[in-house]
Amino acid sequence: MTEPVIQVEGLYKNYGAVEALRGVSFEVHEGELFGLLGPNGAGKTTTIEILEGLRTQDRGSVRVCGLDPQKNPVEMKHVVGAALQSTSLPDKMRVEETLEMFAHFYRDHRDPKELLKRFQLEEKRNAFYNQLSGGQKQRLALALALVNNPRMIFLDEPTAGLDPQVRREIYDTLEELKKEKKTILLTTHYIEEAERLCDRVAVVDYGRVMALGTPRELKQRSAGTTRIEVRLSQPSADGALNHLDGVTDCRKLEETYLLHSSKPTQTIVALVKHLEAQGVELQGLEMFSPSLEDVFLELTGRRLRE
Amino acid sequence: MVNQTWTLSMMRIKLALRSRTFLFFSMAMPLGFLFGYVIFFGRGNAMAVPYLLGAILALSVMGAFWGLSMQLVMFREQGILRRFHLAPIGPGAMLASSIISNYFLVFPTVILEFLICRFVFHMPTWGNLWAVFLLVSIGAATFSAMGLIVASVTNDMQETTVINNIIWSLFLFLSGVTIPVAFMPGWVQKVTLFLPATYLATGLEGAMLHAASFSEVLEVTVALAVSLIVAFEVSRRLFRWEPEEKIRGKAKLWAIAALIPFLLLGGWELTRGHLLQEINHQFQIINQRAAAAPHPTANRR
Ligand SMILES: Nc1ncnc2c1ncn2[C@@H]1O[C@H](COP(=O)(O)OP(=O)(O)OP(=O)(O)O)[C@@H](O)[C@H]1O
Ligand SMILES: [Mg+2]
Repeated sequence: MTEPVIQVEGLYKNYGAVEALRGVSFEVHEGELFGLLGPNGAGKTTTIEILEGLRTQDRGSVRVCGLDPQKNPVEMKHVVGAALQSTSLPDKMRVEETLEMFAHFYRDHRDPKELLKRFQLEEKRNAFYNQLSGGQKQRLALALALVNNPRMIFLDEPTAGLDPQVRREIYDTLEELKKEKKTILLTTHYIEEAERLCDRVAVVDYGRVMALGTPRELKQRSAGTTRIEVRLSQPSADGALNHLDGVTDCRKLEETYLLHSSKPTQTIVALVKHLEAQGVELQGLEMFSPSLEDVFLELTGRRLRE
Repeated sequence: MVNQTWTLSMMRIKLALRSRTFLFFSMAMPLGFLFGYVIFFGRGNAMAVPYLLGAILALSVMGAFWGLSMQLVMFREQGILRRFHLAPIGPGAMLASSIISNYFLVFPTVILEFLICRFVFHMPTWGNLWAVFLLVSIGAATFSAMGLIVASVTNDMQETTVINNIIWSLFLFLSGVTIPVAFMPGWVQKVTLFLPATYLATGLEGAMLHAASFSEVLEVTVALAVSLIVAFEVSRRLFRWEPEEKIRGKAKLWAIAALIPFLLLGGWELTRGHLLQEINHQFQIINQRAAAAPHPTANRR
C-alpha cells in the first residue's frame, strides 16, 4: 500500500491554558476527500494549520506528502494548496492580478483565466479585493488554493457563510477535483457537507478525534435508531421517558428531550399515552432518520450548531 | 527565490502607486519641501539650489524608512502575511521586496526634483551624478532596511508608528536636512555624527555642491552598506508571519546591531575625522556664493 498523503500522530497543542489539541491522530490516503467535522473550538483550524505549516504543534508528528511541514516547508508548499478559514489580501489588489501573482510563486501552476472562469470571477477580474462580496472573496480564496495545481488541498470551512446556490457550486467543484484524483482535507460543521462529500470523516471535539470512518460506518454505529425530539409543557419525571417502548437512549438538551428509538412508531404511541396519563402537554415533536448529527450527539452530548 | 522576490516587488510597487497616502508622503511632500526651501531659504537664488537640492534628495531617500516597511506590520496584523506564508515564500523574499520596491519608488521623485531644480530654479550644475546615484541607491536600500528593523522588533502598528516617529524626528532635525548642522551647538553637532542620516545628507550635499568624487562618498557608502546587511539579516531572523506572534523583550536588543556601523563611524569621526569641519566649511561656501550672486529678480529681466 502506498504511503498516506497525510499522517497525523498524537498531536497536542496548547494556547496558554487552552488545550486546543489533545492527541489527534488520523491518516488521509491518496485521492481521498477527508472531513474534519466538529463544533466551534473543536480544534479543526489548529489541526489543519499545523498541517499547512502555519502553526507548530507542541507534541506529535505530522507528515504531508511525505514531508515535515516545519523541516521542508518550501518543498511541501509547492505541492499543497490551501484556503484559510478567513483570507485577507491587500485591499487594492485586483482579482486577476492576485491569481497571476500567486501563480508566479510556484513551479507548476494552472491558468489563472481558467480559474477565474471556474469560480465565476471573470466579471470581477479587475475589481479590487475590497470591492468583492463575502462570497466572491471566498471563491477567490478557493481559486488561490488551486493555483499551483496542488496534489493535496486543505480547505478550512470552504462553504461557511455562502448562500445555498454558491455552496452547491463549490460541492460540484470538489466533486470535479475528486475525479482528478486530488486529495482533499476539509473542515466543516455542516453535517450535510460531511455526509454528501466526504469519503471518510473524523468527528472532533475538545481537541480529540471522537470517531472516524465513512459516513455510513459512523451512522451504523448510531445503531440505526431514529431520533425523536420532544418538547413538553413540564419537565418529565426522571427516567420515565427512558422506559417507553423502543427507546434505547434518552437525554435532555436544554428544553428538548432527545429519544433514540429502534421502533419509532411504538415509541410515539407509548409517549402520547404516557403524557396523557401524566397530564403533560406535548409542545413539539420531530423525527429524524439516523444521521451524523446523531452520531455526534451520542459521542459528545452536544449539537454541532446551536 | 529571485523570481518570487521580483513578483512581490512588482506587486508592492503597484499597491504603493494605488495608495494616496504613499503618493502624498513620498512624492508630494518632498516636492513641497523643495519649493519651500528654494523659495524661503534660497530666496530663489540659483547658487543656493544645489545645496538645498542635496538636502531635499537626502530627505526623499530617508523617506524610504517609512515606506513599505510599515506596510509589512499592517499586513501581519491584518492576516495578509499568513496567506502569503501558505505559498513557498520565505522571509527573505518578503523583506527584500520591501527594499526593492522602495528603491524603485524613490527614483521618480529624485529625478523630478533634479528636473525642477535645473529647469525651474535654474540650478547651474548637475553635481556629480554618479556619486548622487550611488548615494541615493544605497541610501534608499539602507533606510528601508532600518524601517524593517523597527517593524521586526515592534508588535503592532501603534508601537511601530511611535518608534518610527521618534527615530524619524532625529533623522529630520539632527541630520542637517532641516536645520543646518552648522547652526547647532557644539555638543549637538557631535551627536549628529552618530546618525546615518547625517552622512547621507552630507554626502549628497557634497555631491551636489562641489561634485564630491567617488572616493569622498566611499566612507558613507560602506557604512550604509554594512548597516543594510546587518539590518536585513536581523529582520530576517526576527520575521513573523502571524498576527499573534509577539516578539520577546530580549530579542528587541538585536535591533541595536544595525546601529553598530554608525556607532563605530561616529566614534572615529569624533576622534580622528574632520566631517564636522567639512560640514561647517560647506555651509560657509554656500553662504558666500549666495551673497556674491546677483539678486534673483535682477536675473529675470
Ligand atoms: N491563536 C490562538 N490563541 C489562543 N487560543 C486559540 C488560538 N487559536 C485557537 N485558539 C483556541 O483553541 C481552540 C481550538 O480552536 P480552533 O480554531 O482550532 O477551533 P475550530 O474547530 O477551528 O473552531 P471553529 O469552528 O470556530 O473555526 C479554541 O478554544 C480556541 O479558542
Ligand atoms: Mg476553525
